[in-house]
Parts: sequence; structure tokens; C-alpha cells
Amino acid sequence: MGMRALFGWLLAAGLSLAAGVAQAHPHVWITATSELIYAPDGSITGVRHAWTFDDMFSAYATQGLEGKTKGSYTREELAPLAQTNVESLKEYAYFTFAKADGKKERFNEPVDYFLDYRDTVLTLHFTLPLKTPLKPKQLVLEVFDRSFFIDFQMAKDNPVRLVGAPAGCQMKLERPNDGTASAQKLNEQTFMNGENSNFGMMFANKITVDCP
Amino acid sequence: MTSFLRSPLARALGTGAAVLVAVWAVDAALHDLFAQNPFGGPRPAPEPEAGGIIGWLLAKQSEFYREMSATIRAAKSDGSVWTLLAISFAYGIFHAAGPGHGKAVISSYLVANQETARRGIVLSFASALMQSLVAVLIVGIAAWALNATAKTMCSAEKVIEIASYALIAAFGLRLVWVKGGAFIRALQASQPVPAIAGVPHHHDHHGHHHNHHDEHGHGHDHHDHHHHGHGHAHAHDQVHGEHCGHSHGPTPGELAGPGGWRRGLAAILTVGIRPCSGAILVLVFALAQGLFWAGIAATFLMGLGTAITVATIAVIAVSAKDVARRLSAGRDGGGALFMRGIEFAAAGLVLLFGAGLLLGYLAAERTTCF
Repeated sequence: MGMRALFGWLLAAGLSLAAGVAQAHPHVWITATSELIYAPDGSITGVRHAWTFDDMFSAYATQGLEGKTKGSYTREELAPLAQTNVESLKEYAYFTFAKADGKKERFNEPVDYFLDYRDTVLTLHFTLPLKTPLKPKQLVLEVFDRSFFIDFQMAKDNPVRLVGAPAGCQMKLERPNDGTASAQKLNEQTFMNGENSNFGMMFANKITVDCP
Repeated sequence: MTSFLRSPLARALGTGAAVLVAVWAVDAALHDLFAQNPFGGPRPAPEPEAGGIIGWLLAKQSEFYREMSATIRAAKSDGSVWTLLAISFAYGIFHAAGPGHGKAVISSYLVANQETARRGIVLSFASALMQSLVAVLIVGIAAWALNATAKTMCSAEKVIEIASYALIAAFGLRLVWVKGGAFIRALQASQPVPAIAGVPHHHDHHGHHHNHHDEHGHGHDHHDHHHHGHGHAHAHDQVHGEHCGHSHGPTPGELAGPGGWRRGLAAILTVGIRPCSGAILVLVFALAQGLFWAGIAATFLMGLGTAITVATIAVIAVSAKDVARRLSAGRDGGGALFMRGIEFAAAGLVLLFGAGLLLGYLAAERTTCF
């Protein structure tokens, strides 16, 4: 029986290495800055993202596009691509997950979107309006890719701005891997639920805004 | 009579369940380790990294992959591609070491069949080569020859993706069909009705085509012959396990024979048809830099690295089965039943993968569609 148990473990090790669940590693890197937009009455209306892609993905995305001047593209020339981008992002819920006072909030389709191309990289700008503007005591916004195909990193300088927020609102950013992120709270339970669908959560950027 | 039936069956089922639990436990343990050590991102965690093989692999491949665009740029400026090639090779090794469906399909296929380690190595290399080739062809035709946009290329990738999942499912279904039959026959053989080894006692409508008699050639296509009614269901090892007791190295004829290659071709196609998203990105990037050939070289080196890792995993899987075969040999009846059970389970695994991927329960590496 000992031998058989040994064999079981051997096979198990082999199979779990071989099978397991698909855990991607990032193929696309995004450096993000986000703005939280507030209405004059102090309610939050949406999020405006600017996502800069890495140069490899930028080259991939612009493949086959002809700019008037070689090696550069205008906003107009990139308009169809921007359209494709925001349409495709819908499937991934724009990688943006909001919670107002603990309750999940949804976004409408993006508006004011465009791409620009500078120094061989693309930046996608778009605004995500909240379905209903809110005035929560605490807003939590997470930006990440569940499957970690995209690695989101908030920009080093001015990663998050509050635009028109009421006085007294405090913003806090938790980056993944800096020891503060929610990653620390994950346990194996997270992995047992739905085949690692939340795997990318360990790499989430968490923005918290507390207002009086 | 019932106890005679029950004991090998119960043993087979019990061990099968134990193996499943073990797989689950190891998996959970790895995840647990990984969960507690959330490195693996491109930026290492400030605290010392400990445990978590998968996390380490992720971190490594991420690192290598990230360096690729820089090394392609460097190759453009100084004309030296050696760094790029070395990094691609290393990336291939690490990339394949993480969990993924290709390895799962190959390993399960090898376990499901009476395959040798040597054939496992050949299959691993062939499928990795095909994977590289498909990536080069997609980018070569779409981007280089037709100057198609990323959107077009991505549509092609999506079609291939669906096709590959369907192929896995179909492949799994065929394996389940064949192995399920063998398992049922083994169950029947384990009943106290004395069956005579070597005499086909059941004319089932599907053939036991993965036995050692294949090289004699039955003159029919091995890919879709579950409709054939040949019923050459050799009961050769179901009763006394003669073929289970000794390890059988491949004879050259077994590997090189038309039947031998054709058997593996389905596995190669199934695994190799889906290119790596990473390879596609590298190729397009290299093309944009005017260094398409360097991208192609990098892709094939990635494939070589992948093949080495997949082959290693395949050999582990085959060896594990060999151990099982030795352990179960001599336990008359039950041993053969046990082996058929393992093969059936492995076949089921392939089907589950295919179905899971196809229906979206399992996430594979995403295509680069945005």
C-alpha cells in the first residue's frame, strides 16, 4: 500500500504539473493613470482612464495601419482601433471594478475614447460613466485583469487624481506586490472558486476614496 | 462471486479516487503556497520569496518575456541576435513548465495509451515545432504578406482557438470511447468467467487499436476508425497482464511504422494547432522592427525550449504509469483492470479539458484581441 500511495503522489505531481489550471503570465503591460470625476454636487460620476501599452503590444496593435507619416499615427488614424479596443474591453468589464460602501457598482459603455501614439507606444484614453452617480462614504476601485494576461501598473507619478472631489476626501492607492494589497488576504479558497478566475486579483491596483 | 468481483473493482475505484484526491491536494498545496507569496508579477515582492514553484516560474517567464522587446531592439541596432535567441529559449522552457492544456493533452494521451517515453519525447518536439510553425505562418501570411491589421489577425487566431478546443474535445471523445471499451472489457474479464488470453472474446464495434499489434497494419485510418467494425479486441493483457508486467521499449518499427506515426499525429495536430500568443506578439514586433527573420528564429527557439519541458513532463507521466503497471502486475485480474481504469481516467481528462475550454469553464492563454 505504501508503494501504491507513493505512486499516487508521483502521478498526482505529474498530472498537476501537466494539467492544473491555465495560469497565464502577462503578455501585455499597461501603465495606467486614473481620474475620478465628481459632479458639482459632490457625487462621483465616473472614471477616466489613460492606459499606456508596452511597445511590443503597441507594435502588434498598429500592425497593418498606415499613417500619413511613417512611424506615427494621428488620433484620427487610430480612431477605428480605439473603437475596437473599447468594444473588446466590454467583455472584460473594462478591467475596472467599483464598490460603493461595499456594494458593487456598474459602468455604462465608455465615452470620449481615443488613442494616441507617442514614442512608439499607444495610450488609450476613455471615460467610464457610472450607471448611477453616487455619493458613497467609501469608494473602492480596483483595476486588474482576472486572468493576468495584462499586467496593470499604476503610473509612478500622479497615478490617481480626484477631479472636483469634495474637500476632505482622502485617496489611498494600494499597488500589487507592495505588501499592502488585498493579495495578502487571499487564501486557497480564492483558488478553489471557479478555476482560478480570480487569480489576477493578486495583481490588483486598489484605489480607495473615503469622503466625510 | 460478488466478493471476487468486488475486490479488484473496489481496489481500482478506490485507488482512482485516491489519485484524484492526491491531484487535488497537490494542486491546492501549490496554490496555497502561491497565494501566501504573491510574487510572480514582473516586479518581485519586497519580502523574500519562498516556495511556490508556479509563482517562481511565472516570475521567470514574465522576466524573460519582458526582455524580449528590448533584445529585439538591441538586435536591430547592433545586429547581434544571440541574446534574443538565448532569452527566447529560456522563455520557452519556463513558459511550458507552467500549467497549460498542451502538456495536459500530451501527458493524458500518453497515459491513456500504451505509449513509451520515447514516443512522448517525439510527440512533444513535434507538437512544439508545429506550434512555432503555425505562429510563423499566421504572422507571415497575415502580417507580412497581406499586411493585415491586428484585428484581422486576431480573428484568425480566434477561429484557430475554437478549432483547437474542438479538436481536443473530439480527440478526448475518441480516447474515452476506445478506453471506455477497454475498461468495460477489463471489468468483464475480471469476473470469474475464465477468459482465454489472446482470444478476442468480445466483438465490440470499436477496436483496441492502441495495442502492440498496430504495426502489422489493419489497413484503415487510425484517426477516425471508431466507426469501423473490425473488433480486433485483443484480450491479450486483460486477464493475466502479460503485457503489463514488463516494460516494452519501442522497436524502431513501432515508432517509424505508418501506424505508429499516424497514431501520434492526432495528438500533434491537437496540441500544435494553437499558437502561443507570446510568439505571435514577438513575431509582429520583430516584423515592425524590420527583423522578421530574428522573430522567426526566436519563435523556433521558444518552441525548442517548450519541447524540452513538455518532453520532461511527458516522461514523468509515462514513468508514473510504468510504476503503476509494475505495482499492479501479478495481481491477477485487478492489475489489468487498474491499468485500464487509469487509461480511461486519462482519456476522460482529455475530454474534460476540451469541453471545459470549449465551453469557457477553463481559461487558456488568451488571444491578443483588443
